[in-house]
Amino acid sequence: MARAVTTQRKALNTLAAWTVGLLIFFPILWTILTSFKTEATAIADPPVFLFFDWTTENYSAVMQRSDYAEFLWNSIVIAGGSTILGLIVAIPAAWSMAFVPSRRTKDILLWMLSTKMLPAVGVLYPIYLMFIKLGLLDTKIGLTLVLMLINLPIIVWMLYTYFREIPGEILEAARMDGASLRDEILYVLTPMAVPGIASTLLLNFILAWNEAFWTLNLTAAKAAPLTAFIASYSSPEGLFYAKLSAASTMAIAPILIMGWFSQKQLVRGLTFGAVK
Amino acid sequence: MGRITLDKVTKSFGEVNVIPPLDLTINDGEFVVFVGPSGCGKSTLLRLIAGLEDVTSGQIRIDGEDATRMAPAQRGLAMVFQSYALYPHMSVRKNIAFPMKMAGIPEDEQKRRIDSAAKALNLTDYLDRRPGQLSGGQRQRVAIGRAIVREPSAFLFDEPLSNLDAALRVGMRLEIMELHKRLATTMIYVTHDQVEAMTMADKIVVLRAGNIEQVGSPLELYREPRNEFVAGFIGSPKMNIFGGNPAQQHGAQKIGVRPEHIAASTEAGTWQGVVGVAEHLGSDTFLHVHETGLAETITVRVDGELSVKHGDRIFLTPEADKIHRFDAQGLRA
Repeated sequence: MARAVTTQRKALNTLAAWTVGLLIFFPILWTILTSFKTEATAIADPPVFLFFDWTTENYSAVMQRSDYAEFLWNSIVIAGGSTILGLIVAIPAAWSMAFVPSRRTKDILLWMLSTKMLPAVGVLYPIYLMFIKLGLLDTKIGLTLVLMLINLPIIVWMLYTYFREIPGEILEAARMDGASLRDEILYVLTPMAVPGIASTLLLNFILAWNEAFWTLNLTAAKAAPLTAFIASYSSPEGLFYAKLSAASTMAIAPILIMGWFSQKQLVRGLTFGAVK
Repeated sequence: MGRITLDKVTKSFGEVNVIPPLDLTINDGEFVVFVGPSGCGKSTLLRLIAGLEDVTSGQIRIDGEDATRMAPAQRGLAMVFQSYALYPHMSVRKNIAFPMKMAGIPEDEQKRRIDSAAKALNLTDYLDRRPGQLSGGQRQRVAIGRAIVREPSAFLFDEPLSNLDAALRVGMRLEIMELHKRLATTMIYVTHDQVEAMTMADKIVVLRAGNIEQVGSPLELYREPRNEFVAGFIGSPKMNIFGGNPAQQHGAQKIGVRPEHIAASTEAGTWQGVVGVAEHLGSDTFLHVHETGLAETITVRVDGELSVKHGDRIFLTPEADKIHRFDAQGLRA
């Protein structure tokens, strides 16, 4: 009897998991489907789900109207740049907090996180003015810096948590073996923390890729990433749902594909480093 | 060379004073064991010598040179940790090579030293494995190998055997002692196990609450413990220590007699009691004797063949010249 109950519960759990998963995925699925409809079918009431005349005309229209490659390149530079820059700053920071904590380390961590509690729009004005003064408006470097700073608390927190799992004695052994601080971080800490660093990198790349508030407010044309590319199709007067969906699909496709592949990479990384 | 001198070394963590001013000299080639109950500061003392902790005040000299502010690697010491602290992402070969890589030793010399260390430690077949694929004893040997190749002026061992099972521990103990005989390098060894201390040390340093209670050879400590604490800590089973009338008869506040210095008889003796538990080890038997009026339990070592059982009345006679006398402060009188 007990076995039957477990099987039943397992089936229920599976069903529940699939339901939640599909619910979360549905908007993305709907966007992708809509991108293959004509503008008329896209706003049809009642909406059509699968049985419509599939068309790729939206994609050709979008490709014709805007330079997708440039937006894509800007997104890669800004998301990648801010993530790598963030890691360069955060790895030593998280190292010191995890291995040589002071009495205020916990407070600093909390204070760092508290900056995320302020709505971004609250600091838009000062940052906008600073950007004008520094000539950073609509530049990739400016946006990279802002996104790096925005995500830094999360990067430090994540790395701090991963580093805390690494036994301090191993780092002490490295010190005894003559490793300088640089050697210790480069040859011992970082390789041991690879799974943690990889997942931090991935998460922050995704966050930076999807960040819309700062990318929309601080760019115009030259440094605009894919978020701006999507926004340019959501015009208040014209209802070009199908084209908007096509643009959205094109914007999220790279990150979806990357996420899919790095997910496998991550699982392997996690089992690979499992030596305690 | 590996002569290490501690001169009025102290260590405080915030308000807490872990090591009060402490002086100690460790001679070149000596096998010194720091022993004491947990929390006595023995590991902290080792870490101060290693340079992993900064001293609060005082001076540490290595071969006459002031090493107090030197970085761990500059002190020329190698350490073997309790958790082995191997680099899990590196092969055994790379683990052993790491200190040499850091020191910039040429590749062919590195290879020569790795091969000779691996041969000495029976690791030749495991050089390309990762630490995760090795047994506890093998990991310990890798940790020792990593220490040997640096050719340090002294080895520091921080409870290196406490993660091993009993049989392996005895084997590794012998290996470390043989290593010491072969290299004749100074070794400082921290343990809470007095058996390890007695069997391995040239010189034992007994610590309690950061204070050195006594320094001496194992037999000195066994024969003439300077105070009640050392008397109770060194020797297994523990020395019987009690006060009262028998102590006053010897003109002391308390007296101590080791279990092996008490003769047991079923007919007559100085003291008498009732046998509680008898532990038969084959060669010896340890009797736990109650109702003696001296202490709750008196432990006595008797011949393995002596047949006594629970509840038997027994007579005990201490060897007169093996009685340790202590004054009111617990010091040897």
